[in-house]
Amino acid sequence: MTGSAVRLALEGVGHAFGTLKVLDGVDLVAEPGEVMVLIGPSGCGKSTLLSIFGGMLAPQAGRVRMDGAVAPDCLNALTYVFQDFALLPWRSVAGNVSLVLEDSALSAAERARRVEEVLALTGLSDFAGAWPKQLSGGMRQRVGIARALAVRPAVLLMDEPLSALDAQTRGLLLDEFAEMIARAGVTTVYVTHNLAEAVRLGQQVVVLSRRPGRVREIVRIDRPLAGRHIEDADLLAIEQHLWALIRDDAALADRERVDG
Amino acid sequence: MAEVPFRGGGFAPRDIPAASVGTLVGLVLLWQAGASLHWISTKFLPAPWDIARALYALAASGELWVHLSASLQRLAIGWAVGTVAGLVVGLVVGLFTLARSPGMAVVSALFPIPKIALVPLFIIWFGIGEGSKVITLAFGVFFPTVINTVAGVDGVPRNLIRMGQSFGLGWWSIVRKIVLPGALPAILSGFRITTSTAIILLVAAEMIGAEKGIGAFVLAAGNLYDTDNLLAGIVLLSTIGLVLSWVIGRMEKLLLSWR
Repeated sequence: MTGSAVRLALEGVGHAFGTLKVLDGVDLVAEPGEVMVLIGPSGCGKSTLLSIFGGMLAPQAGRVRMDGAVAPDCLNALTYVFQDFALLPWRSVAGNVSLVLEDSALSAAERARRVEEVLALTGLSDFAGAWPKQLSGGMRQRVGIARALAVRPAVLLMDEPLSALDAQTRGLLLDEFAEMIARAGVTTVYVTHNLAEAVRLGQQVVVLSRRPGRVREIVRIDRPLAGRHIEDADLLAIEQHLWALIRDDAALADRERVDG
Repeated sequence: MAEVPFRGGGFAPRDIPAASVGTLVGLVLLWQAGASLHWISTKFLPAPWDIARALYALAASGELWVHLSASLQRLAIGWAVGTVAGLVVGLVVGLFTLARSPGMAVVSALFPIPKIALVPLFIIWFGIGEGSKVITLAFGVFFPTVINTVAGVDGVPRNLIRMGQSFGLGWWSIVRKIVLPGALPAILSGFRITTSTAIILLVAAEMIGAEKGIGAFVLAAGNLYDTDNLLAGIVLLSTIGLVLSWVIGRMEKLLLSWR
C-alpha cells in the first residue's frame, strides 16, 4: 500500500498549557513500519503528544524529527485518524474522502480511482453516496480510515479511533485495523485508553506517567500483528502488566482537579 | 401493582403545513364575515373582498406593477448590497484576529441604531433619489448579516478545521470547503431576519421620499383615507414577505439537505 519508510522521533519534548505542565522530557522513536501505542492515565498528555507528533502543536521544549523515505504518491506524510471521525456532514462518503485529494495535483480520474480503491478496501463501496448522518459510528470511522489511506500516508496518527464506538463494533474494527495497518506497513502512532487495543496493535507500547507525562516504561511485543488475538495468553499477561503500571496513576488522575 | 404512567410526551412540536394555510384562510373568512355582518366598520378596516377588488383594479390599471417593480428593484439591490458587504465583513471578522475586536466594536456600536432614524441623514448625503433608499436598506441588512456570519463562522466545529489543516488543505480550501458550508445554516437563518428588515426599511424610505413604490402608495392612500388601497398595499407587502420566506425555505432545503 505504501512505499514510504519513515522513522519518527521525539527528542526531549515538553509542553504546558498555561501553568499546567502536561509533558516533560519525552524521548520516543517509532521505527519505519512500526506500530507505537501510547497509553497512560487520563490527562497524561497522550493526545497532546499525538498533536506534537503530527505538527499540529508546537512543543515548548524539544523537537520532532521525521527521517526516511516518503513515497512519491504520498500526499500527506503525517495523517490523522480522529476519535470523533471529523467528517464533513455536508459531503457524502465519497466527498469526504475526495476532499483530502482535491488540493493535490492528481487528475480527476486518478482522484476518483483512489477514492474508489480506498472505499473498496474499507468496505464502503456501497455507501459512496451516503451522508455521514446515515452511517453508524463504525461506518463513520471506516470513512475516517478510508480518508486517511487515500493520501497514502507515511505515518498514521490515530487518536483513540475506537473509543466512540460500542464494544461490539470496536472488537470488529480492531481486527480490521490490525489487518489494514499490517498490509499498509505504515509507521503508526496509536493513542488509546484500552489496554486490549494496545496489546492487539502495539509493537511498542509506551506507558506514560501521570501529568506531567513522562515515559514510564516501553513494552515491546515482537509478535506480528496478523496472528494476534486479544485472548492470547501472552498478550493477556502483557495487558495485566500494563494495568499494574498505570493503575495507581489512573486512580490518582481520576481524583485530580484540572483547573490548576 | 399500578401501571407506570407515560411521562415522555410533549416538547416535540411538528410543522403541519395545512394548519398554516387553514389558519390564514380561517382568519380572512372570519374577517370577511365580521365585515359582511357589520360587526367591523369597513370605513376603518375594509373587508377582504374590498381589498381584493382594490388589488384587481390596481393590477388592471397597471398602477400595481409600477409600484411593485419600483419596490422590488430597491429591495433586491439594497438587500444584495447589504448582504454581500455583510458576508465579506462577517467572514473577515470571523476569520482574522486583527479584524475581530475592531470589527465587533463597530458593529456593536452601530447595530442598535434604529436605521429609520438615519433615512433623513442618508437623504442629505445621497440625495432624495434611489441612492439614499438603497443605502438605507443595505445599512439595515448589513449588520444582522455580519453578526450571523460571525456566529456561523464561530460555530464551525474546530475539529473539522483541524482535520483540514492536518491533511494539508490550503487556507482558501479550508474556508471554501469547511468554514463556508459550516457557517451556511447560520447565514441562511440570518437571511430570514434581513429580508424582513429590508421590507420594513423599504416602506420607511419610500414613505419619506418617493413617488413610486408600495411605501409611497400606502402613504398616499392613507392621506386620502382610501383604506381599501391602503390595505391593498399592506397585503402586497405581506405577500412579498411570504414569498421571500418561501424562497429562503427552499434555499435551506436545497443547500442544507445534509442536515
